[in-house]
Amino acid sequence: MEILVCVKRVPDTSENEIAINGDGNDIERDDLVYSVNEWDNYAVEEAIQIVDKVGGSVTVVTVGDSESEEVLRREMAMGANNGILLTDDAFEGSDGKGVATILKAAVEKGKYDLIFTGAQADGGSAEVGGMLAAMLDYPYASLVNLIEVGDGKLKVGREIEGGNQEINEIQTPCVLSIQTGINEPRYVGIRGIRKVASVEIPELGASDLGIDASSVGEASSKVKRVDYFVPDTGAGAEMLTGSSEEIIAKLIEYLKAKGGLK
Amino acid sequence: MGEVFAYIKHAQGVADDSALELIVAAKKIAPGAPVTAVFTGSGADLDKVCTAMAAVYNAVWKIDNAALAYPNAEVVRKALVNVLPAGSIVLLPHDTFGMDLGPGLSIKMNVPFVADIVGVDGVDGGTLKVVRQEFSGQVSTHVTCDISGGAVMNIRGGVFQADGATAGGAVEDKSGAAGDLSAKRTFVEVVAAEAGDVDITKSEVLVSVGRGIEDQENLEIVFELAKAMGADVSCSRPIVDAKWLEKSRQVGTSGQTVKPKVYMAMGISGSFQHLGGLKGNPFIVAVNKNPKAPIFQVADVGIEANILEFIPELTEKIEEL
Repeated sequence: MEILVCVKRVPDTSENEIAINGDGNDIERDDLVYSVNEWDNYAVEEAIQIVDKVGGSVTVVTVGDSESEEVLRREMAMGANNGILLTDDAFEGSDGKGVATILKAAVEKGKYDLIFTGAQADGGSAEVGGMLAAMLDYPYASLVNLIEVGDGKLKVGREIEGGNQEINEIQTPCVLSIQTGINEPRYVGIRGIRKVASVEIPELGASDLGIDASSVGEASSKVKRVDYFVPDTGAGAEMLTGSSEEIIAKLIEYLKAKGGLK
Repeated sequence: MGEVFAYIKHAQGVADDSALELIVAAKKIAPGAPVTAVFTGSGADLDKVCTAMAAVYNAVWKIDNAALAYPNAEVVRKALVNVLPAGSIVLLPHDTFGMDLGPGLSIKMNVPFVADIVGVDGVDGGTLKVVRQEFSGQVSTHVTCDISGGAVMNIRGGVFQADGATAGGAVEDKSGAAGDLSAKRTFVEVVAAEAGDVDITKSEVLVSVGRGIEDQENLEIVFELAKAMGADVSCSRPIVDAKWLEKSRQVGTSGQTVKPKVYMAMGISGSFQHLGGLKGNPFIVAVNKNPKAPIFQVADVGIEANILEFIPELTEKIEEL
């Protein structure tokens, strides 16, 4: 199996408080801790486990600037065999369809049986995998939490509402968006990162990929982010303040009143 | 602007909750325009739900085919592409089905896609302005989209409240236009979730733990607090992903729907998928070290603290009572 996994470098929301910059047109990006999108780690781990079982290779690809190379190296330290960086000034400001257009061109440069994306990333749209599949005319399954490799087709489980799982058979080549919890992504140590530090990662731009620059980037985006803002959510929670003893005393009063202590 | 359609999910002849929410969203997106409900399925259950929803929508389009008996997104997509007029505006719920269908449908219809809409700010000419959230709900954004040539839009559940309006449309059978419904992905079965040792859907008080617990070993302090309170322990998704607690303890749209009197959200950021599993208007206490965590927007009482320090102190004080 030749597997391509699409990954993204994102601000780590478990490590950062996301704040809005003074102009309201972006988040405050100074001092942000970046990491690979959480879902993508599960996708890469799943790809590695499949290749360990049935042979083949895992390639990780990302659309981004030179700083995105670090997430490719991290996934290669996990065990991905190859990395590809898709980078071009013309790609900047692409909406989901633009990103899918870029990835489609990269897919067509290779020969892959499976293409994985994370189920979603920092924008929360969960859209690139499904768009990519439709552009390629490949079958697609989202929120995949089980993959069993068979002969010419796969059995995939999708996470659906209520903790239930929807089992499907899907032909290859296909695109799958991978849900967290499908596996336990392996730990990447500093030694693993060092081992791949000098591996060359090819960079491909619009002309290398045969992409018409007007079909990607900000100018082609039909869906545009105007601003960032913090919504007026009304009162929100009553924040308890004071010493920890005062806070706990107040909280216990509330819990008694609301039936929280038995 | 194109015609406006809402795709309605249904099971056993009953429409999904989203049926009454999508029409409210549609009226904000295209004020004054008639809204048509689209149903796919097969047999008597389909007829029943179509008839029921004709009371609410201006029209109902029914696509009946054995291949559509289970809503396989690939098959539904083919049917919609064949049946809907070019340039249509299509609304879907942003759930596990809408995420499966929406992005690909937008490509095949050659229209823009906007995911997970939580608010509609207005329409100016052909340009729609909506509200979305990014970075796990920590910030909101205004997004514009030219919908004059059609669009596919996924609407978050529970945001647009049913308005009780009626329309009295008629059911039109569009089955003949469904076309070729062969697919490269085939539905096999639904495997039901396993029951666990504790049924959190019955619990009156829940101590619920999230990513803030940091380490499996630290779960002990959560169980100690729950014991002191006479509560059960539930959790958010990352705890189940890490296999630290069983899936049956997970609160959220992909886990259990709970309706306690008191919900203690400990180190839980409060994603919409998590909050979607919390019903019955419980008294919510949130403890989180990130003051921007979305959970504080919905909690009744909030405490900015590290749960690893806060929980043992709270347990001790409750035990002293």
